[in-house]
Amino acid sequence: MAIDVRIPTILRQYTGGAKAVEGVGDTVAALIDDLESRHPGLRNRLVDGEGLRRFVNVYLNDEDVRFLEGLKTPVSDGDTVTVLPAVAGGGIRR
Amino acid sequence: MLSIDSDLVEAIIAHARRDHPDEACGVVAGPTGSDRPLRLVPMVNAERSPTFYRFDSIEQLAVWREMDQRDEEPIVIYHSHTATEAYPSRTDVAYAAEPAAHYLVVSTRETDTVEIRSFRIVDGEVTEEEVHVTGRE
Repeated sequence: MAIDVRIPTILRQYTGGAKAVEGVGDTVAALIDDLESRHPGLRNRLVDGEGLRRFVNVYLNDEDVRFLEGLKTPVSDGDTVTVLPAVAGGGIRR
Repeated sequence: MLSIDSDLVEAIIAHARRDHPDEACGVVAGPTGSDRPLRLVPMVNAERSPTFYRFDSIEQLAVWREMDQRDEEPIVIYHSHTATEAYPSRTDVAYAAEPAAHYLVVSTRETDTVEIRSFRIVDGEVTEEEVHVTGRE
């Protein structure tokens, strides 16, 4: 068993076009490290320094990990982790 | 070019007017690969702001999953500008993450007229496209 990770279109360049990949790890951070070993470049699109990038949403099953423990959120075999780019913007005056 | 039914355009404008002066946002889903926007999904602007929008992350997950199950994709991603023109701002370009989507921007800064324009945003490059409103006699 492993953790099923759903990859959005914009990041599939790192997974050879795959919509879902598998990984292992005790936390979201460890899982991302594991994915990085097979899909180099992916981590930098998800993590910025100590935390998740602001405009990337990472979900553990049905929960946004931001409302859990962020990168320290525990994960286990059989979980599904979903990555979605946030949809954001706005007409801020220059 | 974006082809979209007039009923959908009217519904998007109504949503933008309703949420004014905050920005409104949402998607129009359609069958994957079809380029046909058919199903309007108004979204909550989690920022509830006149200058910024962000889809509520939990709602976004539910909507994206539903699209996946129905073999749909976000054909149109729309939002409103409430004090500026209907042209992608620097923030719109910086966060645009769906290269296959039509980014529809509605300006509600005038009370009597509405400006509605569509763009492709790919790798930071903005390309305006024609909006063809269908179903109008």
